[in-house]
Amino acid sequence: MTAFNRIALTAGLGFLYAPILVLIVYSFNDSRLVTVWGGFSTRWYGVLFGDGPLLASALVSLKVATLAAAIAVALGTLAALALDRHGRFTGRSVFTGLLYAPMVMPEVITGLSLLLLFVGLDVERGIPTIVIAHATFGTGFVAVVVGARLKGFDRSLEEAAADLGASPARVFLTVTLPLIAPSLAAGFLLAFTLSLDDLVIASFVSGPGATTLPMRLYSQVRLGVNPEINAASTLLIGAVSLVVLAASWLGARRGTTETV
Amino acid sequence: MPIPIPQSLEPLLRLDGITKSFGAHRAVDTVSLDLAQGEFFCLLGPSGCGKSTLLRLLAGFETPDAGMIRLGGEDLTGLPPHRRPVNMMFQSYALFPHMSVAQNLAYGLQGLGLSRSAIAERVEGLVRLVKLEGFERRRPDKLSGGQRQRVALARALAREPRLLLLDEPLGALDRALREETQGELRALQRRLGTGFVVVTHDPEEAMALADRIGVMDRGRLVQVGPPRELYERPASRFVAGLLGDVNLIAGLLGLADGGLRSVHTELGPVRALASEALAGAGPGDPVVVALRPERLRLGVGDNALSGTLVDTAYLGDRVRRRIRMADGTILCASASLLDEAGGPVVGDSVSLGFAPQAGWVLPA
Amino acid sequence: MRRGGPVLGRWLVRAPPVLWLGVFFLVPFAITVKISLSTPVTAQPPYRPVLDWSAGIAGWRAFFEGLELTNYAMLAADSLYWEATLSSLAYAAGATAILVLIGTPMALAMARASARTQPLLVALVVVPFWTSFLIRVYAWIAILKPEGLLNAALLKFGLLVQPLEILNTPLAVMIGLTYAYLPFLVLPLYAVMSRLDTALPEAAADLGASRSRIFFSITLPLAMPGLVAGALLCFIPMVGEFIIPDLLGGSETLMLGRMLWIEFFSNRDWPIASAVAVLLLILVVGPVVIFRGAEEQREEALR
Repeated sequence: MTAFNRIALTAGLGFLYAPILVLIVYSFNDSRLVTVWGGFSTRWYGVLFGDGPLLASALVSLKVATLAAAIAVALGTLAALALDRHGRFTGRSVFTGLLYAPMVMPEVITGLSLLLLFVGLDVERGIPTIVIAHATFGTGFVAVVVGARLKGFDRSLEEAAADLGASPARVFLTVTLPLIAPSLAAGFLLAFTLSLDDLVIASFVSGPGATTLPMRLYSQVRLGVNPEINAASTLLIGAVSLVVLAASWLGARRGTTETV
Repeated sequence: MPIPIPQSLEPLLRLDGITKSFGAHRAVDTVSLDLAQGEFFCLLGPSGCGKSTLLRLLAGFETPDAGMIRLGGEDLTGLPPHRRPVNMMFQSYALFPHMSVAQNLAYGLQGLGLSRSAIAERVEGLVRLVKLEGFERRRPDKLSGGQRQRVALARALAREPRLLLLDEPLGALDRALREETQGELRALQRRLGTGFVVVTHDPEEAMALADRIGVMDRGRLVQVGPPRELYERPASRFVAGLLGDVNLIAGLLGLADGGLRSVHTELGPVRALASEALAGAGPGDPVVVALRPERLRLGVGDNALSGTLVDTAYLGDRVRRRIRMADGTILCASASLLDEAGGPVVGDSVSLGFAPQAGWVLPA
Repeated sequence: MRRGGPVLGRWLVRAPPVLWLGVFFLVPFAITVKISLSTPVTAQPPYRPVLDWSAGIAGWRAFFEGLELTNYAMLAADSLYWEATLSSLAYAAGATAILVLIGTPMALAMARASARTQPLLVALVVVPFWTSFLIRVYAWIAILKPEGLLNAALLKFGLLVQPLEILNTPLAVMIGLTYAYLPFLVLPLYAVMSRLDTALPEAAADLGASRSRIFFSITLPLAMPGLVAGALLCFIPMVGEFIIPDLLGGSETLMLGRMLWIEFFSNRDWPIASAVAVLLLILVVGPVVIFRGAEEQREEALR
């Protein structure tokens, strides 16, 4: 690495982490004001854990994210298998378009149009509609992660299993699935995190009684900086860092460098 | 009048007009072949000649566009791979990375209706067969290349196939290990009596292993025969070149002369044996005389030629010389060092010759 | 090259994702287009016409006759929407350009780092990528507001006499966009750069190329698929961005994502909101198509 590389990296990472560090530091600030350091305190964490509505919305978010990620893994894995194994079938480009478009589509469009669908079908809005919305854009991400794994997959392993007398179903269950399982787990985590993170789409498709954590945070954040939110953010950042570190540690142990 | 074939002589495998195309590319072109019980057969050819596709057709990973595959009288053509009494050893070995050696070996035995203890017993036998005692619980990535090769072989033998297919089985081994393993593979095959079909691009390996070799070129099976026949009496320039170094001296066909044929070359008239491929050819037709370097000798004798020595390469067990002839062509002569004492130096004029039985006249 | 299983099996694999995405992604667009041609009313649902299924052909005819282009005419007549369109594109393009300038040296430095530190560096870029978008944007409020940390620091060191107004300005929006999307540019670019043959820059250096010539003539052209994919992965969602202009830009900021939100949630004008969505869709459909092409190229490059 040259000095230029070093500077670019340090500056870039500094830019990425400075605001996060500010959040973390100020979550332990006894004072309510950002510019005043009132001494170290964990009082905002106490406030946070006494905030019933916030905790309730966190629970809603976890439920939604788990269900949405599970559906996205099922659909995304099927989609990745179709793209990897079915060659150049008719409608393939439409299929890939359908899969990848939700990933980059501005969230306001996805959110509004899904809401209009639910209104048109006269579906009651709540947790199920948010799950559907999140599964829809999670599917593409799962398909990309699983697809990358399938691309590097040695097809002769499946042929060897068939050659040794395994039926197609047994080949899939005993060879293909165990070997792509890490990518399914990675896809689940990605879809889960994206769901946990989404404010815009959830705001459109949610109904009374189904307030997700980002929706709750947003309504408070609009009122300005709030130390309780800093505490909540610190906890979230801590949880994510643990997951990422665990994933890269597992990856290193397996001798692969796949992350994301 | 057709002679009835006794049961024991019925071929193990019969291929009849097998054809397979990928798009416009004809990978395997009307291949017909019979394999005897217990035969060790090698498919030899350059990469892309269709030998691997032919192997995959036998295993059932591809379906032929035309033709029939019969094994011991049973039609296999439409059967999927998991229903064929044929097993394959993959070039990459394709060992399941998430299973131990024992689990890999047991994979093909599950689903045969065997009891747990019977499977364990068979696995133990396989481990002993390939001398991997003590490695049963290892994962493939913790094995050496040679050990992996043996696991792959044992796994393919687990179901006691009637025919074993081996795709470049020794390709990933280093040279010393390869020669040792060739011997083991042959001994194993003789002991089991299973038909083996090996795909390889290495002529030395094919000759070391096989009872018979089938040479493939652009999808077609161009010559089938024992190694010696292919090496000494190739049916074409392609086969001659594929099996080893060869000098090709161009000329025009002359008259028959006893069992020999005379050829008018740029280097002078020579006499040599003629291939059956020339049965329809007449005097004046363009031909080549194929001559292995070890058959071209220094000194005066039959089929005398002369030229200038341009290069001498010392190869340990033999010496290889390159000689420029009067018309500019370069011939290669290889001689055992046991026969050598002194010898010419680069720049010397040398006389050359070869026995008429050593030359082999082929269509140009 | 085995042909996949039987036809039925293939359809069992393909049908669930196709049906799901068709019903929950494609059909909603069609509905959005349709509602953008409707008239707002104070009712539930708040637009007309509504298709009367029971009336048969007549119902369909009445439905189609009820559709109008008035919403689009309104968008076209109102300079606010024109300005919002142009400023959305300008914000997205400007921020993408800055991202390329910041992100390329970062990705390059990551790819040049030793094999042991690379996974750590990737994890360091990934952590913010996985961390809540909302929280990361929110963090900037405390830094940028008039009594925030940046001003406090600058005042303390005597670099300023008066606090700067940064929050609720276009500058704050640009900072927010650049910050929030940096990992989206760096990660795909790094993925391509890290797989480039390290012998290529060495060969170029051996042939006398300077560092900058190696970068512009070897590394950059080969990493282009990753750069294009990363840039579009940032540009497309930024055009329709809502959270950043809403939290950092203040009420004056004109961006289509925010306009759509306001039309929908504050004004409850669903047809106009739908028309804005269609307009936004038209703006991004081109980049989306290019993105897909770039992704295919990138996948080739990663092979």
